[in-house]
Amino acid sequence: MSSLYEILRDRLRRSLPTALATVIDGPHLGGKLLVVPGDLAHGSLGHPELDRIVARDTLAELEAGRSGVRHYGPEGQTTPEDLLDTPTVSVFVESWAPPPQMWIFGAVDFTAALSRVAKVLGYRVVVCDAREVFATRRRFPAADEVVVTWPAPMFAKRGHQLSPRDAVCILTHDPKFDVPAVQGALATRVGYIGVMGSRKTHGKRTERLREVGVSDEQLDRLLSPIGLDLGARTPEETAISICAEIIARRTGRAAPSLRDATGPIHT
Amino acid sequence: MRELLDDIDRWRLAGKRVAIARVVDIEGSGPREPGAAMAVTDDGEVAGSVSGGCVEGAVVSEALAVLNGEQQPGIVTFGYSDDDAFAVGLTCGGIIRLYLEVLDW
Repeated sequence: MSSLYEILRDRLRRSLPTALATVIDGPHLGGKLLVVPGDLAHGSLGHPELDRIVARDTLAELEAGRSGVRHYGPEGQTTPEDLLDTPTVSVFVESWAPPPQMWIFGAVDFTAALSRVAKVLGYRVVVCDAREVFATRRRFPAADEVVVTWPAPMFAKRGHQLSPRDAVCILTHDPKFDVPAVQGALATRVGYIGVMGSRKTHGKRTERLREVGVSDEQLDRLLSPIGLDLGARTPEETAISICAEIIARRTGRAAPSLRDATGPIHT
Repeated sequence: MRELLDDIDRWRLAGKRVAIARVVDIEGSGPREPGAAMAVTDDGEVAGSVSGGCVEGAVVSEALAVLNGEQQPGIVTFGYSDDDAFAVGLTCGGIIRLYLEVLDW
């Protein structure tokens, strides 16, 4: 039988979603529970009820891609009243979630730069364009996948895979491609939808989107024109401005310079 | 820990004992997120990092002490609040907590 470490190692090598809960303080110090989606947990933290509760919470942490310390009673109690007068168990939950995805629509020069920068940030990058001549692996060596298709079938087939950790960047600035891509992205749980184009293009596109029934509330989800106001010009600078916007959206920051802001750098 | 697997496998095949330190919690500024990990062998080989280089040296000493049985596995804290316990702090002024154990599971 494989040890917990061997199971963990083999799953990490295959990039499978996996989480490890470890007792770092309290009874059964060092006790471990290895949690994987859709299967029984391996190991134990010392009490079956604690195992059950921690396995449940750990799956939720894994889904969100979070790691951190959680506190329980020795039998899995979670409410503060239950924990009075009992020693608490501190459990470190470490999640290895699959990398977040970035789907980039439009096989343009900006796409090549954006796929490189997104790889640095750890994204699994998928480039999608309907034009076979442009959507080639050769033009986008940094991308994990290049798909030749229209946005609608792409979202119909794979849109359900997108989560709030993921990003969709629409760089085509051609309405016949943009409009179905935006509609497809809006139908998913994706966390970031950025759409490229000048303010003029953006205005026209917004009209088209309203015509096809996109509501104001849905339009609010779009970051368009895409990116932070860095004055970026080149594809590489633009890629940085887009990725910086994705980070700022996730953290809820307004993205001024640290020098001109106050408060802690990390929260 | 993913990036430590090759080293850990190689060490275990060579019959070395391995301790592992994982960042479990940070307060204030901390250079690495929970999950950042370092592995240390009983003969002092090291892989990975848990900070921006501020505490790695101290972690190696702690890990060797755990491997020798001079110290129990558990939480090790580094940061400005520990002026008695440890001489090592973080230049960023934060607090970092590690869980240190022998990789025998």
